[in-house]
Amino acid sequence: MTTEHIAHLPFIVGSYAAAGVVIAVLIAWVTLDFRAQRRALTELEARGLTRRSASAPAGWPMSEAKEKA
Amino acid sequence: MPIIDLANPSRFLSFANRAIPWLGGVTVIVLAFGLNQAISAPDDYQQGATVKIMYLHVPSAWLGMLCWGLMTVAALGTLVWRHPLADVAAKAAAPIGAAFTLLCLVTGSLWGRPEWGTYWVWDARLTSELVLLLLYLGVIAVWRTVEDPSRAARAAAILTLVGAIDLPIIKFSVDWWNTLHQGASVFRLGGSTIYPTMLIPLLVMAVAFTLLFATLHLAAMRNEILRRRVRTLRLMQASAAT
Repeated sequence: MTTEHIAHLPFIVGSYAAAGVVIAVLIAWVTLDFRAQRRALTELEARGLTRRSASAPAGWPMSEAKEKA
Repeated sequence: MPIIDLANPSRFLSFANRAIPWLGGVTVIVLAFGLNQAISAPDDYQQGATVKIMYLHVPSAWLGMLCWGLMTVAALGTLVWRHPLADVAAKAAAPIGAAFTLLCLVTGSLWGRPEWGTYWVWDARLTSELVLLLLYLGVIAVWRTVEDPSRAARAAAILTLVGAIDLPIIKFSVDWWNTLHQGASVFRLGGSTIYPTMLIPLLVMAVAFTLLFATLHLAAMRNEILRRRVRTLRLMQASAAT
């Protein structure tokens, strides 16, 4: 490893670390938001609230709520 | 499934539910391959090892612009065609585009310090990219401050269409003004000026970032549809209680 490599290493590592953080934050954002929305929908449907046009596909909160009931 | 069927939010949810795991899996494989290619790519004769920053910086810059382009089409979908998923797509894309634009600016600064001797310069390319980030933040702010989703969608769509003027400015800033930022070196008349040993990892990383964007966008759109269903049910609950 040359002197130039050592001098530039913090900038390269910093860039890849920044990319890792940004991607991790994006993944965490969509994952946590999905769980929160799904939980909220399941709770509302468990209380008997359904949209008139609701026809939830299999595996979605509506069918889960019905199964629990 | 015909593509027109995806205009129905319930069918879109069903499609997203099935597609996200597959798309995520392909993204991980291509990203791992791209990172391996980027790390093992040779150093540049002028930039040395800092050329490895390019494999993150350039795809981030492309994605930041591509995302605004997608939001512009979605804005037309909202204002002209009133497509049921257009504003969902635009709202879901904004934070992802902002993140890629921020990453572009951060990696560009980290490349600029050893190569230019400075983290930042008010160069036309850098400044127009910063404007793009501010536009993204503006759109996110509109979505967060206007409570009625349909009004927020129209306001955000207008801002998006106005902001689209920044895309050609970013692209051609290096031609129109005398900038410190280098000119186009991948997509240009006369072919790429980058040697294949560096161009191939760059293109693989660009594909990986595009797949990552597609996965995140699909997941964010699914979340937004669910959020609207939750909102509708809460409004029904509130009206039933009064």
